Amino acid sequence: MANRPLSPHLQIWKWGPAMLVSILHRITGDGMALVGLFVLVWWLGALASGPEYYATFSEFMVTPMGYVVLVGLSWAFFTHLMSGLRHFVLDIGAGYELNSNRFWSVASPLIAIVLTAGFWAFILQR
Amino acid sequence: MGNGTSIGKVRGLGSAHEGAHHWLLQRFTAIGNLVLMMWLVGSIVWLPDLGYATVSEWLAGPVPATAMVLLIVSSFWHARLGLQVLVEDYVHNAGTKFGVIALLNLATIGGGAFAVFSVVRLALSSGTLGGAA
Repeated sequence: MANRPLSPHLQIWKWGPAMLVSILHRITGDGMALVGLFVLVWWLGALASGPEYYATFSEFMVTPMGYVVLVGLSWAFFTHLMSGLRHFVLDIGAGYELNSNRFWSVASPLIAIVLTAGFWAFILQR
Repeated sequence: MGNGTSIGKVRGLGSAHEGAHHWLLQRFTAIGNLVLMMWLVGSIVWLPDLGYATVSEWLAGPVPATAMVLLIVSSFWHARLGLQVLVEDYVHNAGTKFGVIALLNLATIGGGAFAVFSVVRLALSSGTLGGAA
């Protein structure tokens, strides 16, 4: 079985934006499933355990490492949100024309970066 | 039925009649996540600060507590479906795959249950946790 010819994989194809947005969708989704839900559980568990536990959580989240986690998660969320909305459009059979497919494959991750920046602008100006 | 290759073994058997189930649940939970995350992101932006007093008082309210419990269920369910696809794509040994899916179920159900319990405890203790800790 191991020596039989395999179907072409990533290294065979010429890269295009549709490949990128598909891979980003998986990375951000599984990243949030592993890291994001851990942070959510920690946040809620700390709230339920009282102010001292919450202080431990807050103190970590304002360290450089904490900001990397939170900014990364917010970027992952908005990226997964935009590519997920793109999936809903593709699910109804629309958006497969070459030009519009390419356009939204490029636009989705770019809009996500703008949303991430806007989200942090709101948080940090408070 | 064919010559023993994986495709040959299943060819001619027809549909399994449950292939769309996982796909549809992923969409239904995605819609739940969409609505509930808009609420959470909006709340985080509009809360005056993210300190213990503000956040615990906000989350203990009936509507935020309900929304958070729904968000936990929807997002853990969606995450479990997504990680299952990851496992099915990259773990090829049947025994290992079974074990990893079993661990995945334990982690998502256990994590979700703990998160729901935390929200319920906060909501039903309304302010007494600050004194206890």
